[in-house]
Parts: sequence; C-alpha cells; structure tokens
Amino acid sequence: MRPARWKDVAFEQLTRLFALLVLGILAAILVALVLESRPSLDKFGLAFLWHAEWDPVQERFGALVPIYGTLGTSLIAMLIGIPVSFGIALFLTELSPAWLKRPLGTAIELLAAIPSIIYGMWGLFVLAPLFQAHVQPALIESLGALPLAGALFQGPPLGIGMLTAGLILSIMVIPFIAAVMRDVFDLVPALLKESAYGLGATTWEVMWKVVLPYTKVGVIGGIMLGLGRALGETMAVTFVIGNAHQLSKSLMAPGNSIASALANEFTEAVGDVYFSALIELGLILFLLTTVVLALAKLLLLRLARREGARA
Amino acid sequence: MSAVVSPMTSAISPANPLYRSRKRVNVFMLGVSGLALVFGLCWLLWILGTLFYEGGHALARAALYFEMTPPPGADGGLANAIAGSAVLIAVATLLGTPVGILTGTYLAEFGKRGWIAPATRFINDVLLSAPSIVIGLFVYSVYVVRVKHFSGWAGALALALVVIPVVVRTSDDMLRLVPNSLREAAAALGCPAWKMILSVTYPAARTGIVTGVLLAVARISGETAPLLFTALNNQFWSLDLNQPTANLPTVIFQFAMSPYKDWHRLAWGGAALITLTVLALNILARSLFRRKD
Repeated sequence: MRPARWKDVAFEQLTRLFALLVLGILAAILVALVLESRPSLDKFGLAFLWHAEWDPVQERFGALVPIYGTLGTSLIAMLIGIPVSFGIALFLTELSPAWLKRPLGTAIELLAAIPSIIYGMWGLFVLAPLFQAHVQPALIESLGALPLAGALFQGPPLGIGMLTAGLILSIMVIPFIAAVMRDVFDLVPALLKESAYGLGATTWEVMWKVVLPYTKVGVIGGIMLGLGRALGETMAVTFVIGNAHQLSKSLMAPGNSIASALANEFTEAVGDVYFSALIELGLILFLLTTVVLALAKLLLLRLARREGARA
Repeated sequence: MSAVVSPMTSAISPANPLYRSRKRVNVFMLGVSGLALVFGLCWLLWILGTLFYEGGHALARAALYFEMTPPPGADGGLANAIAGSAVLIAVATLLGTPVGILTGTYLAEFGKRGWIAPATRFINDVLLSAPSIVIGLFVYSVYVVRVKHFSGWAGALALALVVIPVVVRTSDDMLRLVPNSLREAAAALGCPAWKMILSVTYPAARTGIVTGVLLAVARISGETAPLLFTALNNQFWSLDLNQPTANLPTVIFQFAMSPYKDWHRLAWGGAALITLTVLALNILARSLFRRKD
C-alpha cells in the first residue's frame, strides 16, 4: 500500500508542477518584455503612447502610428466580421437542413485553419491589385466626395493600406466569431424558442428578440475573442498594410500596425533605444490582447455558469 | 364576439399589412444570412483556388523537394526549408506535447479543489489566442539575447510555446469526457490513482489527445511570426539547431515580398504545400475524433 501512495503523491505533484509552469508563462512573458523595454520606458515614459514620431536616426520613438493602425484595422475587421458571423451562425442554427450543418460548419472552420501567411500572400498578389484597379477607384469616386467621412476615402488607389488589411482580417476572424455564436445559439432552450414561435413570431424575430438577448453575454464574448485575434494578427497585415510610419486620415494610405512594425523592423533594429522601443510596442500589444481575451473568457464563463445553474 | 375574434385571426392573415411587412423582413433577413454564409465560403474557395492555380506547377516539379533555395534569378527548390520546418515542428511537438498533456492531466484529474486549476485554465485560454509574434519576442529576449545568435533551438522553443496551450486545452477537455464510472471501477479494484490515469484514463481519451496534438502540429506548420526573430532563415542546408534554420514560412515571407518572379513562383509552391499539409492534418484530426463518437 505504501509505495503506491508515494507514487500517487509524486504523480500529482509532477502534473501540478507543469500546471504551474503554464500558469507562469504569461507572467514570464510580461516580465521579460518589461525588462527588455526599460531603456525606452525610461526615455519616453507614457508619452510613447501618443507621439507619432518614429525616427531611428535621432532615436525618437512614439507608438501612435502603429497603435492607430492596429486599432483601425481591427475596427474595420469587426465592422465586417460581426454581421457576417451573425448571419452564418443564424443560417447554421436555424435554416440549414440537418445534413448540411456539419459540412458547412467544417468549411467555415477550415477558414481558421489556413495559416495567416497564406492570407497575407493572397492579399498582396490577388486582393490588393483587384482593390487598386476596381474597388478603390469606385470608393474614391463615390464616398470620397462626402463631407467629413469623405476624408477616409481619398488619395491615390494603391491597393494596400488599412482598408485591405481590415478586410483580410475580417475574413480571418469570421470563423472564430461564427463558431462561438453558433455554439451559444445552440444553448438556447428549445422551449423558449418554441414559445415565441407559438405566439406567431417569425424566424428572424425569434433570433433577434429571443435568441440574441438570451445569449448576449456569450455573443459579446465571441466578438471579443475575434477582436483579440485581429489585434495580434501579424503576417496577414504585414503583407498588405504598406509599412509606412505615417499618420493618414485616408483608409487607403499605407500605414503600419504594431505587429507588422515588429515583423519588419525587429531584426534590423540597431541600438538599445530603437530595440527597446520595438519591444515596448510588443508589450503594448500583449497587454491590449490579454485584457481583451481575458474579458472574452470572463463573459463566456459567465454564460457557462448561468447554463450550469439552470441544469 | 366576432369583433374580438376578427383582429386575432387577421393578425396572421395575409391581408394584414403589419403581418405582410413582418413576413417581408423575415424573408429578407434570412436571405441576407444565406448570403453571409456564401460570402464566407467564397473566400475559402477563392483562396484555395488561387493557391493551387499558382502553386500547382511548382508542387509538381521534383526540384521543389530536392534543390536548395536559390539566389534570385537561379533555379532551385525549397529542400532546405522543408527539412528545416520538419525538424522545427518535430522538436517543438516533442517539447510541447508532454508539458501540455501533463498540465491537462492535472486540470482534469486533480483540479477539483484549489485555485491552481481554474487559474491555469483561464491563463491557458488567454495564451491560446495570444499574438504569436509576442511569443517570438519573448523567446528572443530570454534566449536569443543570452546566446547572442539566432538558432533553430530558439525557433523550436517558440513553436513549443504555441503547442502547449492547444494540447493543454484538448487533453483537459478529452480527459474530462472520460466517464467517472471507469475511474471508480479502477479504484474499486484497488488501483492507485497514478496507475488508474496511465492505464485507464489515458487509453480511454487517447483519440482525443492525439487529435489535439495533430491540431497543434497543424497550427505551428504555418506559424511565421514566432520564427522571424528566433530561427531566422538560412540559405543553405543545415540541420544543426544551433545555427539559424531555414523554414518554409520565413522563406515564403522573404520570397513573396521580393521583386523577383521566380522567387514568387517558389513562394506559391511553398504556400500550397503548407496549406495542403495544414488542411490534411485538420481533416485527419476531425475524422479521427468523429469516428470516436
């Protein structure tokens, strides 16, 4: 009996050690990034966040342009991705015949399996030329003349830029958001939906006024999950955003995002300040995505707990 | 009486304008949702189509698999990059899988009490979606800076950090699916917990755990960002993990961003190769898992 007991304790402690190791990874990443970005943190302080200057020669750096690019492309991705994902989830849960559900769901999930470098390359060689030749001239023609919002759609059609990057990002986040939405829609008790149908509600009314309010928390969780992905996406954006450190009102001008600035400049950075400024960019990105993803997880946990209480 | 009944019946009668407009909204919205699905599927087909149209020729040439990456203007293949990628993926999987499975074991088997299991589960889910470029930065600052050169080991380490959360998540989920009656039966026979887990729970969850590992391999096969600052790249054949190591994603990135046509062709070939591998792994993992249930 005794030797077995001894092995039990050893095995449990071994697995616990690895669990603690995984728990420690997040903290280790944070500490390493803070330590390595010290020179930049000391030199620029908080002003790093809102200065647009990026001058490796005079060693003056600010993160405004990449932060703007990261947030801007993610916002475009969300504007396109959320409604499309909702439509896909609606189709898969309410409209699709049972035998089509699985193949269609799998096909959408395969979009998430395609590596991001493929999206980037495809965006650069296929989507960007198409945008330059057809889509952007049309947008400039039609929307560029608008007051205020028109400024977003002005300038030469280059094919690359925030708009193209945002569109590609939206395709990449759709499978994540749609999968979560489909899963939480499936959680809605049939009784609730049938009551609404029984009162004469149409399918759309059941979705919009019963299912969506019931699963609100989970849906927002799924959106945050997609947002977390979009913010940190590197390769797809790097190919098409243009990699120019300039702040431009137009969505069609080349810009930069945090991740693509890192991908492009990191191995070429010379000098402590330049190097640590790039690491600080990474730190900002990591904090941003961690907060967004943690929120997503909390919201989804809340929905799961409510489900658990009901069961 | 009839005055009370008639509005009731007319509420769903085709003559009621409110009912008709609700119907119209319904049909319109459901149509839009169908279009959304088509929108999503279109991109999948379009991307795959382009990939095989552009990369098909390169895939069919034996040189792709047997010749080294060429300088611009010369003929060549991706042999060193394919080999480098294979080695990096193998080492990363060997490093990451045991850590992932043991962590998953703790979460599923011993994590009923205490704060460690819920906290680890939470952090692991955040790591699962954390930007992989930050993982590259992390490995750079704790490893590459110390040894002062880029190396295959650093690349494998970065990829292992991507593998771990995927394997933790799936092994935790799969082990928790194992019915408790199996564990109780083992315990009733006097089986100690460690033996019960090794010879009852693991075999019961084997397919699920293998699925998780396959998905992790698929995930790192296309990962580029963590390799940019760690494994870097190498124009020559080298399987020495202490040297910078050629790998497909970085070569594709470098070749696609270059102005040379023949580099572009090789990049398309590599891209088609990676995508085929990743999709095959995904479909294999899915069919394995489906056969289970």
